Amino acid sequence: MKKKDLIYYIIFLLVFAVILPLGHVAGLVSTNTISLWGRYFCFAIAALGIDLIWGYTGILSMCQAFFFCLGSYGIAMHMLLKTTAANGATVPDFMVWNKIETLPLAWIPFQSSGLTLVLCLVVPALFAFLIGYVLFRSRIKGVYMAIITQALALAMWLLFLRNETKLGGTNGLTDFKTLLGFRLADTGTKMALYGLSLAVLCGAYFLCNRMVHSKFGKVLLAIRDSESRISYAAYNVNDYKLAVFVVAALLAAVAGMLYVPQTGIITPGRMDVKASVEMVMWVALGGRGNLKGAVIGALLVNYLYSICTSLFPDSWLYILGFFFVITVLFFDKGLVGVVDMAWQKWTAYKLRRAAIS
Amino acid sequence: MLLSVKDLAVSFGGVHALALSQFSLRDKELRVIIGPNGAGKSTFLDILCGKTKADKGQVFFNDTLITGKTEVQIARLGIGRKFQKPSVFPGLSVYDNLLLAARMKKDIFSSLFFKATRELNDRLHQVAEKVGLVPQLQKLAGSLSHGQQQWLEIAIVVLQDPKLMLVDEPAAGLSTEETEKTGALLLELSNDHSIIVIEHDMQFVQQIAKERVTVLVSGRLLMEDTFSVVRNDQRVIDCYLGRTNPQLEII
Repeated sequence: MKKKDLIYYIIFLLVFAVILPLGHVAGLVSTNTISLWGRYFCFAIAALGIDLIWGYTGILSMCQAFFFCLGSYGIAMHMLLKTTAANGATVPDFMVWNKIETLPLAWIPFQSSGLTLVLCLVVPALFAFLIGYVLFRSRIKGVYMAIITQALALAMWLLFLRNETKLGGTNGLTDFKTLLGFRLADTGTKMALYGLSLAVLCGAYFLCNRMVHSKFGKVLLAIRDSESRISYAAYNVNDYKLAVFVVAALLAAVAGMLYVPQTGIITPGRMDVKASVEMVMWVALGGRGNLKGAVIGALLVNYLYSICTSLFPDSWLYILGFFFVITVLFFDKGLVGVVDMAWQKWTAYKLRRAAIS
Repeated sequence: MLLSVKDLAVSFGGVHALALSQFSLRDKELRVIIGPNGAGKSTFLDILCGKTKADKGQVFFNDTLITGKTEVQIARLGIGRKFQKPSVFPGLSVYDNLLLAARMKKDIFSSLFFKATRELNDRLHQVAEKVGLVPQLQKLAGSLSHGQQQWLEIAIVVLQDPKLMLVDEPAAGLSTEETEKTGALLLELSNDHSIIVIEHDMQFVQQIAKERVTVLVSGRLLMEDTFSVVRNDQRVIDCYLGRTNPQLEII
């Protein structure tokens, strides 16, 4: 078990911390590709959160894309205000077009980079706490939880679409130039963001791994398996659910914060219902209830997405749907489950061979 | 009295599921409750452990009023429940199942930074030995047989150190041999805990009912006496066991 994990880690670090950056230095890998993988790391961070809440605790939350966007919009507002200040304007361009002359109150804290960082974490955590508190206290479970969180994501999407929300409406926020004084267009900044995303992913993985292997993680699994039994064992189930819901939201928000500087734009399209469903699908395809599966699923599905959309742009959704159906029908433990099965078959085969000779 | 119940009533959709005027249990008593289907036996346990809220009436446990308290509060006071359908955590090992049940601090931070001590491990082993699951400690609970899952769940309840154990049909679906083992286990446990057992299997009731047996019919108390008296009571035979009950013939 340990040995197998180690192989996964070595391959992962070899590819993403050694081969890709070296390839870039040697001129074989374009800066664009590096940025692309940097973005995928962000998705993988969010996927870790989904695995915690869904794979381990059995709560299907369909509003993780909303938390992702809360982080994204926060950092986007900050970067846009820096661009605006550099241009000598008082409000961002889109506000001028909407005839808003003074900076709205909600935007003012985002002028400071320190406050932005704090707010990008506190706001999603607070939202998750309030949503979770109400839902878990009302004992909403299973498919109802999925429906309500999805409705919530839809409502927030509609809210962010409106110009009155003063967050750029349908067009979202874009035209970012610098982050903490570094020019986003520079190759060095892009490499740094790639490295930062990779480091945060590894850190988040390490923490989540510690969490699921502690007794806390066992309680999460117990909630998934038999919620009534664990509450009769005197565990306050709602506290645990709420904690893991907030942690998942925080992971999504951090992912969103790292995502925007590497993408250059954030629109409400990132938080529509489809976006949340897709995020859940990454985890399902990679292997839920397994942190490696969440990371692999997020990376692989998004990589496939960029390959498929350039080769056969119209059929991506069919391909994704096909894989999803196959996974649900035959491989409920996802890709990691398939690899595990193959590994077990292989070791059994080797043992038999050894026994014969 | 460890447990005393006064005028307890609950109805579901206008049907009286339970209307119990009086019930009490001594410390370290093993009480068996029998009664036909729909007699309110499981409902009674549901109220005791906080799963169902009573419409009226009071339940005192150790002189504390527990009606209206939540499951977690009641569990902390020392009432443990074993369900009719074995409810263990199939995705966790037997050891982890026991670990989660053991009495300790159960808030989030204690769980995050938990380290197993030697005393705890010894205690888990001791209980696993009592229910005969030591060889299965590292196995997934989901891979155990039905009988082993029943014993695991009993072990889970025992590890909470309850003063009162509520045991719902522990012999359901077990082989004769397993049933006897379960009976012996319950008798042994009754040295340290008060136990209420709901059961249908008359042979099993005879094995464990060393003291009083309570008979419930349509949510009401029909009688309360030793098993031999209850077994021969005409009302019990008429309304519950029936003249042609083959199990009664054997006994």
